[in-house]
Amino acid sequence: MATESLTYGFADAPEAPSADRQITYIAAISEALREEMRRNENVFVMGEDVGGGFGGAFKVTKGLADEFGDGRVMNMPLAEGGFVGAGTGMALMGLRPVIEMQFADFISSAFDIIVQFAATAHYRWDGAVPWVIRAPSDGGIRSGPFHSQNPEAWFIHTPGLKVVAPATPADAKGLLTAAIRDNNPVIYFESKPLYRSVKGYVPAGEHVTPLGQANLVRSGSDLSIITYGSQVREALTAAAALAQSGIEADVLDLRTLKPLDEEAILETARKTGKIMVVHAANQLAGLGGEIAARIAEKAFEWLDAPVCRLGGLDTPIPFSPPLEDAYRPNALKIEALARELAAY
Amino acid sequence: MTHHLAPDQQLELYYWMRLTRAFDESMIAYWKQGKGIGGTFSQRGHEAISVSAAYALEPDDVIAPMHRDLGAYLLRGLSPRRIFANLLGREAGVSRGRDANLHGMGDLERNIIGFVSHLPHSLPVAVGAAMSFTYRKEPRVALTFTGDGASSTGLFHESLNLAAVQRAPIVVIVENNQYAYSTPLAQQTAVPDIAERASGYGMPGVMLDGNDVEAVYAGVREAVDRARAGDGPTLIEAKTMRMLGHAVHDGAEYVPAELLAAWEEKDPIRRYTRLLLERDVADAQELAEIDRRCEVEMLDAIEWAEQMPLPQADTVTERVYAA
Repeated sequence: MATESLTYGFADAPEAPSADRQITYIAAISEALREEMRRNENVFVMGEDVGGGFGGAFKVTKGLADEFGDGRVMNMPLAEGGFVGAGTGMALMGLRPVIEMQFADFISSAFDIIVQFAATAHYRWDGAVPWVIRAPSDGGIRSGPFHSQNPEAWFIHTPGLKVVAPATPADAKGLLTAAIRDNNPVIYFESKPLYRSVKGYVPAGEHVTPLGQANLVRSGSDLSIITYGSQVREALTAAAALAQSGIEADVLDLRTLKPLDEEAILETARKTGKIMVVHAANQLAGLGGEIAARIAEKAFEWLDAPVCRLGGLDTPIPFSPPLEDAYRPNALKIEALARELAAY
Repeated sequence: MTHHLAPDQQLELYYWMRLTRAFDESMIAYWKQGKGIGGTFSQRGHEAISVSAAYALEPDDVIAPMHRDLGAYLLRGLSPRRIFANLLGREAGVSRGRDANLHGMGDLERNIIGFVSHLPHSLPVAVGAAMSFTYRKEPRVALTFTGDGASSTGLFHESLNLAAVQRAPIVVIVENNQYAYSTPLAQQTAVPDIAERASGYGMPGVMLDGNDVEAVYAGVREAVDRARAGDGPTLIEAKTMRMLGHAVHDGAEYVPAELLAAWEEKDPIRRYTRLLLERDVADAQELAEIDRRCEVEMLDAIEWAEQMPLPQADTVTERVYAA
């Protein structure tokens, strides 16, 4: 993460794709936006500081105003409730806004409009709200309590919303494309620590990762690590270390958090019988609890150990490095818990 | 008056106010008989505002009414039958039993955005609808309503500021009915004329007598024309009085009787009746015939709604998501 520490994540425009299509996670997000805006004139971007030559706090939208004009890259006043409300109205009229939260932490300022209005309109009166909120989330980059949060559980708990969290550049592009095309409000949690620290193959042109499909990213028979977002990388690092000791782990990347791919969860649970669920969001009442409950309800007979969880602590997210490291799951913590689980 | 109303238009306004009143009186009586489901909200005193505002719009314009705007839903073509069925939780109701009383009565084919109980949450959404018209270069206007209570929220400020910055083609009507549930205006705001706030946002603020149907029509029509011409939003404050409780359960004993008596003299329908007779637009018998027609419509609506089936329980999870 040397790059992140030097630039604080605010480096200039994402680099142009290389010939072999190995691109960063953040460049993949920009590419999905650009391509969908080219394909569909109803797709546009709105948010704080997204417009003009500036291109947003993380530069995801840099260059879009040049190509598509200010009318499709709309700078908003500092009023998350107001502009998510406006995005909801624009979506009801058939446009497809991609609304940028400057940081996922600030989404709470728009909570009311999201959970009360946008999430309920279709159930109550067939009002489809096809917006996407891009929410730069996650910590580990020393940004303190209000620039590090993972608030996905609030929205998973809300009927009418969909929630996604890509872990790779390919899924960053594919899930954003799918989210933009979906006719429902989708919250897209992009992981800041992955922005420029991970590169991967991303298909050129149209690339859609269907919502609701998890991805088994490593196959093993001894235990399962079910996770998403930046913790997928941590889980893979842990799994590689475990393999050195002859412990082989399934690593399931959920990709979509709502609707959950229950089949994929039960399949890995039945396969290994030893399950751990990992997420950077705090563990208490987090998605891990729901996954553990579903496994208990539907795959109990296959279990060889209690389902265990690893998540953030029940504290605000602390700033100072030793405190944040104590707060957050990482590869070493996953590996340690996995060894206990394997020995159970 | 910039926009002169022809005699037949005046009679239309009368009819729609009368229908709104007839609906309201039937509904309140129904609830007092213990036959209603859940709660509901009286419209009494607000008829001139919702009717004339909706009357000032073109069919392509979008309207986002709230719970005191029955007249607007009726004018937009939602029938008394389907609205009463909504009140009774029927599958044939506008929200198919999903939402209560006048809530959830959105219908995009009629360009109606349904509201949620949280006010003024239709306001930013309507601003967005207006912004979509700018985006697509369509000559359409959005109009929404909110209340004196909701004017205290942060979202009210965020939305008006955004509308002004964007020069959105929207008309925002604050129905200042003096009470937010039991809280009188003086405890809601230190600035009794809510229209004054408009200058702080950089838009025109217009104060109207909300019980004068033609004054509301003229004021709203002017704002609608301005929005359609690309001259941006207008904040309209229509002063009126909530003549009954917050909802049907509320006796509103906290409202001074003399205040209600004073406003009763300004009842919008009684005033308009006098005016139409003075102008000789209609005679008393012709107006009585309109009144009778509205009552017949309501008897039919209630009978129809009562006969409609309730939703099937096994449909409860349908339509949470759009296909």
